[in-house]
Amino acid sequence: MLNVYNILETIRMIQDECLDIRTITMGISLLDCIDTDIDKACEKVYNKIVSKAGNLVAVGQRIEKEYGIPIVNKRISVTPIAMLAAACPNDNPVKFAKALQRAADTCGVNFIGGYSALVHKGFSAGDEALIRSIPEALDVTQNICSSVNIGSTKSGINMDAVKLMGEIVKETAERTADRDCIGAAKLVVFCNAVEDNPFMAGAFHGVGEPDCEIHVGVSGPGVVRAALSKYPDASINELADIIKKTAFKITRMGQLVGARASELLGVPFGIVDLSLAPTPAVGDSVAHILEEMGLEMCGTHGTTACLAMLNDAVKKGGVMASSTVGGLSGAFIPVSEDAGMIDAAVAGVLSLEKLEAMTAVCSVGLDMIVVPGETSPETISAIIADEAAIGMVNTKTTAVRLIPAVGKKEGEMLEFGGLLGSGPVMPVKDKSPAKFINRGGRIPAPMHSLKN
Amino acid sequence: MRAVITVIGKDNVGILHKVSGVCSEKGVNVIEVTQSVLQDMFAMIMLVDITGMTSDFSELVDDMTSLGEKLGLSIHTMHEDIFNSMHNV
Repeated sequence: MLNVYNILETIRMIQDECLDIRTITMGISLLDCIDTDIDKACEKVYNKIVSKAGNLVAVGQRIEKEYGIPIVNKRISVTPIAMLAAACPNDNPVKFAKALQRAADTCGVNFIGGYSALVHKGFSAGDEALIRSIPEALDVTQNICSSVNIGSTKSGINMDAVKLMGEIVKETAERTADRDCIGAAKLVVFCNAVEDNPFMAGAFHGVGEPDCEIHVGVSGPGVVRAALSKYPDASINELADIIKKTAFKITRMGQLVGARASELLGVPFGIVDLSLAPTPAVGDSVAHILEEMGLEMCGTHGTTACLAMLNDAVKKGGVMASSTVGGLSGAFIPVSEDAGMIDAAVAGVLSLEKLEAMTAVCSVGLDMIVVPGETSPETISAIIADEAAIGMVNTKTTAVRLIPAVGKKEGEMLEFGGLLGSGPVMPVKDKSPAKFINRGGRIPAPMHSLKN
Repeated sequence: MRAVITVIGKDNVGILHKVSGVCSEKGVNVIEVTQSVLQDMFAMIMLVDITGMTSDFSELVDDMTSLGEKLGLSIHTMHEDIFNSMHNV
């Protein structure tokens, strides 16, 4: 039964509290596009994406109108391209990136993710060539995202890949230095990457997924903050209950939109990713939720505890609201994309070390963090290794998306604009981890990976 | 199939008439109206049946939005499913 209070609450959430569907992402398998002739393979890739997703943007816009809810991004994730590149070892994989860009332009989507390789246990055919081509691929395309999985709880951490990715992140930033190092913002290094993630830059379509499916990523930090602000004197467990109820409502909307998109597009519904994904807009910040809980500023002592509670309550509320929850599901803490995080980092309260601790209890990892341009590849690799170790040992997804700001020093700002926001250059340690990184090899999987 | 039209803004002569006029043009049947005027703020929620609608739903949304802009009101037209799914277990 409809009631006036509920109707007005929904409208207020959308109008005043930045509630939106962050993304509908179509996952498309490209396994049937593999060909030893790279030009033929690229043509097949383009044709398959356009045939499946040609309607995606129009359907998204139709649903926006029907339910009066903004759908901020329409995206596509594809099979890790390294698997296609493996069949044509003598060609430059960047051709695939260009084919993906053409498909993105034709479909009108915001991003295609999946210029990816999964190398957590070692490099197979195509993997290394693809990884080495990432800087060029992200330089010559605009809407393509790349990810590399370098570790997992089951297999440990591939330290050769960690070393390589430090160099690749740095080179990607350098190649796009004239565009605020934007290339590095489209590249993420994972441990325990998930196969059905609808969020960029880390989305790819895993090989265990169906041929084509629709995922939805919800958002709504502003709604959670507004709900908490009505109870200034509530105890922490009361706050957890409020967050659960709010997350339930947000996720129900994601489930509705996903089911409708699946019906209109004629493809199966994959998952709802029940994440709190911030934007730089005022009132859409995860940091402000933590501050609403009682922290003077995000990043101070107590931040990890607040975030742990928030992340858990979001999942508990969301799980009941959706038939299939998946993806990354939790609170995101991308520094440059969150107004509160930016303020806290500028004020020096939020440090890289605190962010690392926060990643042990939140959805993903060190995300959209700007580091000095002169940071060495070995230091970037070591940051990746630290973060991957947290993911491996805690059996969770962790990721690193660092942007070395070429030509900039600690305290200066890097401005991306739009959803990517802006971030201050944050300091890193100046003592070298080079010897550790250059050893190579693999960190063995932890004891608790042996579950059988 | 039903939709909810909400109208919020400064009270004026003929708001209900104009909104229901657009409904009638498009074959949209008004089922229930609840409205209140607090000081000079007008708030109306209209439940309508869109089964016999003669146009596309998105056209109704666009027409209502532009009527709202013309009258200086905020008019939202949304399918009822969003409210049902968000607020009912």
